[in-house]
Amino acid sequence: MKLLKTLLVTAATLLPVSGYAQTVGFSQIGSESGWRAAETAVTKEDAKQEGITLKFADAQQKQENQIKALRGFIAQGVDAIFLAPVVATGWDEVLGEAKDADIPVILLDRKVDAPDDLYMTAVTSDTVHEGKVAGEWLKDAVDGKPCNIVELQGTTGASVTIDRKKGFADAIDGASNLKIIRSQTGDFTRAQGKIVMESFLKAEDGGKDICALYAHNDDMALGAIQAIKEAGLKPGKDIKIVSIDSVPDMHLAIAHGESNATVELTPDMAGPAFKALKAYWKDGTMPPKWIQTKSTLYTQDSDNMAAYDRKKDLGY
Amino acid sequence: MIRATLRRVAPQIFILGLVLLLNFLLSPGFFKVEMHQGRLFGNLIDVLNRGAPVALLSIGMTLVIATRGIDLSVGAVMAIAGAVAASVVTEGSHWLVAVFAALGAGALCGLWNGVLVAIFRIQPIVATLVLMVAGRGIAQLLTHGAILTFNDPGLVRLGGGTIFSVPTPIWLWIALALIVGIVVRRSALGLLIEATGINERSARLAGINARVLLVAVYLVAGLCAAIAGIVVAGDIRGADANNAGLWMELDAILAVVIGGNSLLGGRFSITASLLGALIIQSVNSAILLSGMPVEFNLVIKALIIIAILVIQSPRIKHSLYLLRASSGTQPPVERPSAPRRRSAGTERITEEGRT
Repeated sequence: MKLLKTLLVTAATLLPVSGYAQTVGFSQIGSESGWRAAETAVTKEDAKQEGITLKFADAQQKQENQIKALRGFIAQGVDAIFLAPVVATGWDEVLGEAKDADIPVILLDRKVDAPDDLYMTAVTSDTVHEGKVAGEWLKDAVDGKPCNIVELQGTTGASVTIDRKKGFADAIDGASNLKIIRSQTGDFTRAQGKIVMESFLKAEDGGKDICALYAHNDDMALGAIQAIKEAGLKPGKDIKIVSIDSVPDMHLAIAHGESNATVELTPDMAGPAFKALKAYWKDGTMPPKWIQTKSTLYTQDSDNMAAYDRKKDLGY
Repeated sequence: MIRATLRRVAPQIFILGLVLLLNFLLSPGFFKVEMHQGRLFGNLIDVLNRGAPVALLSIGMTLVIATRGIDLSVGAVMAIAGAVAASVVTEGSHWLVAVFAALGAGALCGLWNGVLVAIFRIQPIVATLVLMVAGRGIAQLLTHGAILTFNDPGLVRLGGGTIFSVPTPIWLWIALALIVGIVVRRSALGLLIEATGINERSARLAGINARVLLVAVYLVAGLCAAIAGIVVAGDIRGADANNAGLWMELDAILAVVIGGNSLLGGRFSITASLLGALIIQSVNSAILLSGMPVEFNLVIKALIIIAILVIQSPRIKHSLYLLRASSGTQPPVERPSAPRRRSAGTERITEEGRT
């Protein structure tokens, strides 16, 4: 055992010299949500699988911590940097320093307002597209029948809210049988999702006039499911439910028939990033400036229990 | 006593009536209450039910504010209590154990605030700010940053269940208000709290143990917050440390203020604060029913609340008083020497201005 350990340590110290085991510095925003915790967990897992040493820095929601971490990574001479930027602006200088040091920077999950020659690529989800996938699912599911939709929006003014609202609206635009009759913010939380859904149900004749619910995230939908149950209706049957994120609890709800569909916002932003890096290191292939992650749709036909088992320990 | 209370809360009842009328105009079915699967179902029930967390908080907050203090930490304490209850119950304990653990956590938080304020003489707004910021972090540590879900029927019933067809949270806040109200009003405790709030030093010189009293009111506020935290967690069957009780301390303070209680301490009315909580919830309900674009939510709420506070301001009240006096109807004769501890709030602020 001890011998194995010594060997491993020796190997780990020798490998960078031989140019194989690479070191990547990852500056994460923090752990403000379950999804963020899952992203961190998945990135660490990916790094282990790829045989890459990951240096992790938690910025606790502060840009100055991220800049400090980036300068630290540059000083240590890492082979690449992953950055999940907490804000969009103010990165030019430190990204310039990384460029001067010839260290490729890959943005995860969010983009920055900086000239795009300062970073290698950005791996993000297209939030407008997520809304569109949800809208198209609903359009197919109702199959031309008239359907009144209520919408639970995210935090007012947040870019995700604006995008997911737009994407959904674009998808159902032109389908005259689909109509959004009520739209309110549920602040991305379960509690508020439940409260707002209660008022929707009361305002629309005990829910009889509501055919479908579109929630900008799963948490609000999970709150709304409880409100629908308490109003004596069957979520997933009397009222169709589609939401975005694919958190483990939503997979359970779909598996139990209490919800219909969820669009995945994958926590695996690092996977495509590592892939791009490997290709770059191998033969210098530059990835496109934007790598869009897949927005997978999970419905009642998908294996939701498997998805739940895969995700339940990621820290959601 | 009931007459005096009614006179004291007349403005709040009037405003609540107005806001409910607004709700009715927006949604004609507003006052309809029906039975749905053995559960009372209707907008009015929602106002009482959804107002529960703020109503619960406002009971403790009223006492704290009566001592010239403030408790900014109650929202974070809610998150802690919810996290404690959820983690105890998911570890397989009985839900009553979870409830007592959560109450214990709330009491501990209240004690911490009380000791900082009463013993270390730190200003309440600063002392409770510590826990407001740190408390949410503690709650997140307990839940590991995730939403800790549970399905224990006992705990769920406290937040989302019913007793005799009425949602449990309604019972909880009414019962707690009755208990606290009876304790402070049927004994001298309420008077002692008011005395401490008006002038702590003279209260102490008069033989009141102000220090213990201060610790006690923060303890009660912590307990109220814990109950609110359990209700919120039970309602969504999970402890959401990031969002449970977020900004709710401000709603609780607002409820106390709408209730006509002075932030400078002194005389207080729990009934009026509860009406304040119901007014806030009715405003929220009106916004939801109006179907306006969400961007208007906060603007509408702000406008309504400004209107409510202006109606209650001493200057407007005084003008109304003068208007009534000049129009011939005899205003009630005030004798400043008469002890009028629990009387109408109309003269309260002006009187206090003089003391």
